[in-house]
Amino acid sequence: MSKVNKEPLLHITKRKELPMKQTWMIRIGAIIAALIVCAIVTMLLTGLDPFSVFGTMIYGALGTERKAIILFKELAMLLSVALALTPAFKMKFWNLGGEGQILMGAWATALCMIYMGDKIPGFLLIIICLVAAIICGAIWAMIPAFFKAKWNTNETLFTLMMNYVAIQLVAYFIILWEVPKGSGKVGIINQTTQAGWLPYIGTNSYILVIIFVAIITAGMYIYLKYSKHGYEISVVGESQRTASYVGIKVDKVIIRTLLLSGAICGFTGWMMVSGVDHTITTTLAGGRGFLGIMVSWLAQFNVIAMVFASLLIVFLGQGAGEISTNFGLNESFADIITGIILFFIIGCEFFINYKVHVRKKSGKEEA
Amino acid sequence: MFDLVAFIPRAVMQGMPLLFGCTGETISEKAGSLNLGIPGVMYVGGICGVIGSFLYEQACEGPLNPFLAIFIPMASCLMGSLLMGLLFSVLTVTLRANQNVVGLAMTTFGVGFGNFFGGSLIKLTGGAVPSIALSETSRFFSKHLAIADSLGWFGKIFLSYGFLTYLAIAIAIITAYVLKKTRTGLQLRAVGENPATADAAGINVNKYKYCAICIGCMIAGLGGLFYVMDYASGVWSNDAFGDRGWLAIALVIFTLWKPNFAIFGAIIFGGLYILHLFLPSGNMAVKELYKMLPYIVTIIVLIFTSVRKRREDQPPESLGLPYFREDR
Amino acid sequence: MRDITKVFGTVKANNKVNLDIYRGEILSLLGENGSGKTTLMNMLSGIYYPDGGEVYINGELAAIHSPKEAFGYGIGMIHQHFKLVDVFTATENIILGLKEEGKLDLKKAAEKIRQICDTYGFDIDPDQKIYNMSVSQKQTVEIVKVLYRGADILILDEPTAVLTPQETEKLFAVLRNMKAAGKTVVIITHKLHEVMAISDRVAVLRKGEFVGEMITAETNEQEMTNMMVGRVVSLNIDRPEPVDPKPRIKIENLTVKSQDGILKLDDVSFTANSGEILGIAGISGCGQKELLEAIAGLQPVENGTIKYIDNDGEADELIGKDPLQIAAMGVALSFVPEDRLGMGLVGNMDLTDNMMLRSFRKGKSVFTDRKTPKALAERVVDELEVSTSSLSTPVRKLSGGNVQKVLVGREIASAPTVLLSAYAVRGLDINSSYTIYDLLNQQKKKGVAVVYVGEDLDVLMELSDRILVLCGGKVSGIVDGRTADKNQIGLMMTKLGGGADNE
Repeated sequence: MSKVNKEPLLHITKRKELPMKQTWMIRIGAIIAALIVCAIVTMLLTGLDPFSVFGTMIYGALGTERKAIILFKELAMLLSVALALTPAFKMKFWNLGGEGQILMGAWATALCMIYMGDKIPGFLLIIICLVAAIICGAIWAMIPAFFKAKWNTNETLFTLMMNYVAIQLVAYFIILWEVPKGSGKVGIINQTTQAGWLPYIGTNSYILVIIFVAIITAGMYIYLKYSKHGYEISVVGESQRTASYVGIKVDKVIIRTLLLSGAICGFTGWMMVSGVDHTITTTLAGGRGFLGIMVSWLAQFNVIAMVFASLLIVFLGQGAGEISTNFGLNESFADIITGIILFFIIGCEFFINYKVHVRKKSGKEEA
Repeated sequence: MFDLVAFIPRAVMQGMPLLFGCTGETISEKAGSLNLGIPGVMYVGGICGVIGSFLYEQACEGPLNPFLAIFIPMASCLMGSLLMGLLFSVLTVTLRANQNVVGLAMTTFGVGFGNFFGGSLIKLTGGAVPSIALSETSRFFSKHLAIADSLGWFGKIFLSYGFLTYLAIAIAIITAYVLKKTRTGLQLRAVGENPATADAAGINVNKYKYCAICIGCMIAGLGGLFYVMDYASGVWSNDAFGDRGWLAIALVIFTLWKPNFAIFGAIIFGGLYILHLFLPSGNMAVKELYKMLPYIVTIIVLIFTSVRKRREDQPPESLGLPYFREDR
Repeated sequence: MRDITKVFGTVKANNKVNLDIYRGEILSLLGENGSGKTTLMNMLSGIYYPDGGEVYINGELAAIHSPKEAFGYGIGMIHQHFKLVDVFTATENIILGLKEEGKLDLKKAAEKIRQICDTYGFDIDPDQKIYNMSVSQKQTVEIVKVLYRGADILILDEPTAVLTPQETEKLFAVLRNMKAAGKTVVIITHKLHEVMAISDRVAVLRKGEFVGEMITAETNEQEMTNMMVGRVVSLNIDRPEPVDPKPRIKIENLTVKSQDGILKLDDVSFTANSGEILGIAGISGCGQKELLEAIAGLQPVENGTIKYIDNDGEADELIGKDPLQIAAMGVALSFVPEDRLGMGLVGNMDLTDNMMLRSFRKGKSVFTDRKTPKALAERVVDELEVSTSSLSTPVRKLSGGNVQKVLVGREIASAPTVLLSAYAVRGLDINSSYTIYDLLNQQKKKGVAVVYVGEDLDVLMELSDRILVLCGGKVSGIVDGRTADKNQIGLMMTKLGGGADNE
């Protein structure tokens, strides 16, 4: 050959499939690497030695009974959103509108609690709130789904925009409802009558909320794995051509799935207002709509894995929160730690899906 | 009576951070990368500028050197956003991670990063000031031509801004020119439309994607810097930047991926944002509904373009998709 | 080109091919589908690199690693699938990736393009957007792109497959102009009359091997057909007698247009009988896919009727119904599509889940029944000897033959009365192919109307009871599988009716 064969040094190919064990080794390796980086960052900022960093984090997450139950409440909230987004996601529909769908559910709940609080008996009110929340969440998700199904309107951008429409709508009502006037806050709704509040078990309703989410988790697991709808969702997500070949109506499945996705988001909003916060703010969803996407993605739509992914993120969040409180740092420290973990896990997927060959000079390949 | 002369400058001031963000995002999207990390990048850009300038103000005894007072925050802002851009590129281009997931993670991280340092900077550096107020530095950023004051309404509407405003407009015009009229722009657009074709034509797809993402992030980061240094007079308060990053992404759609339209689009969005201040309204709450307008308008544009299906108005065809040559 | 060999997996796509191309000539490269024409030319244009053999250009040894290097040697290839950016203008596409000095001057480039167009007689507007162009205009852009880069040797891969006769005439006029300007043109084709019309010389490939070359003026269509299809090879495929043939599917005046408005099927009429195998022959892309999809309810139809006739002789219209509605009418229609993993099966799902695709709706329960499909999967694996590590293996991990067995197994499991199959043995090894033939014959014996779209004429002639020959979306004729003459079918594929005066 007259010319020097210039091949790139690194050659990348798709992997066929990696054994389960190795896949998890890579993921766990990434998490450990991320934890080390987090520890180093924390050390630099606080001067703690790495062991006390993790010590403080574990204490922050599980140190007292109260902290533990808060951890599980947070886990339930995040998991609920992740579960809500998963069916849409599995269908390759990017529902970035979780934030807005939660808010609309919360808004509907607050609306019912405020206007019907003294007119309707407690239990019935809770049910009305619940139904209203589910409907509002579902409608909020259905709008972009409808346009996606009919005109293939970009759902990523559409759902994203819907979040901010919801936020502004809620902001409008917060000012209408604010107590006291001029505070810019709604305050605790029905503080004296507790109308529309979920019943307490102990000193709060967290356990009830956790139970609800456990039920949704089980339900979603069964829905995706064993129901005909779940099966249709997988087929549409994998190949729309196959779906129409076997007579699945793709449009219908898209709209139906998003109704479900939005409904569960609305349900989550209902839990937040009726069961946890008893008030409404524009930041109620607290970024869970986005975090939920990442949880769902990291778990590869596997419901069981989602529990652990949520746990990891919530644990780090609570732990980092403890560190920031102890050292008088800003609570956003938790976001930075979450970010670092996410980057590592997202990055490691590459090594699960692709294989890097290093070309030797002889031209032979080696894994 | 609607006071246009007072309204326009305020709309412009509101619009400029969006313009920076929008131009940056447009460059990135034209190369096929939907960077949803832009809101985070803008936070990082802003806070890095603040950190640089804070450290300089603390270290400097006596009056600030005008050149350094501008250069240091600019350089640290650009560095910070560049690092974010590199992070996005490595993850999405080299490691082929999903753009949406990486983008959202970057926004979580970036907003947290901004708020964390915004809230903890004084404590971390052991400074003796009660809050971050970089009014000294800010004065250099918001300084406008002396002549503007003597030109009446003309001066107010066109000349009353700090240099970053003109930089934003210049960057938008240059970007529009480069995208439309140069070889680089043509190849960049080809990468975003059809990377396989671009690859076959001998264009280095990954190189273009890296450059577009990084340059886009740096421009967007300047939006954050403009917000703190000029608009907010050097005062950093957590979450004050709000959802402007998402508004910038909305603006990209609203202006149909055209940075030259974005100059006016940004001012319109900025105007909608503050419109309530200029309309007689007994109800405070209505202003929140006005703030909804930019998003509603964007959704309408999105629906309209998808129903109408005019090819020039569509998002770049391979937007959001990773490119792997051997997938062909 | 000397001793060129290219191996894909276990298939020798090209085996020691020697080919000479002379300056200033138009050479036709003739061969059936899968005879290795495109592979050979891809090695000249830098898409593939030969596993063996050498390429000499102007007497010098050349190593061509990429399309860019091919351009360095003045070689440009126009592929069947155009590589164009839709929202760009012709000019923008043509200059894309060129590293010229100075700033971008689209006007100057457009001027140069107009010049090229004038020289050779192309008819395109440099400022027109690609998405506004017809297929033939897009092809022109691709040709101009190659010329703009100064290519001396142009390779066109089945350029006329997508063109109307008028457009073909135009293209040929241009190619003659190029030849007159001293350029070399290689045209890959399997249409004989085109070879006669345009080329100076013709080289024939068969099954990856070079068979011979001739001066076009000194040969005729008969001789070329003989060389192209070779002698009749006996495959020993069983062909039981048709079982009580009765009309099952009756198609009349079927006309179908593709999404971009190109006529795919033109006034097609025929009847498929129960208990027989109807083979469909034709050059690839002349309407087979559309025909099957129209019957299966997946393809919108312009005109015509498709009647399903049940055992009692009652006829039902299938047009305007989707697959679900067709099934609801009690028509047991099975379809083995060409794109197995993209349409027939879901690659990432396991065997059991793929078995469910057809049947998951059965029953009133909201939950899927996995027991029946699992049993079916076991039966298919067992009976058709599918080699798989388990039933929970994603089908994309199976080999091509096993994937096809899974697909066919599922489709015949529903006891169909009509079985449509497209390229059922493409990419399969010999043993798997025979398994498939056997399955089709079993179905035929059960009284199923089998429609078999195939590309290998030898197989078609041994398997089918009747063979319908399509040519450019029209029915060229129907022949009896037992008495058919291979050359006759070959001619019918390239020319309506197959006769010399029939066009």
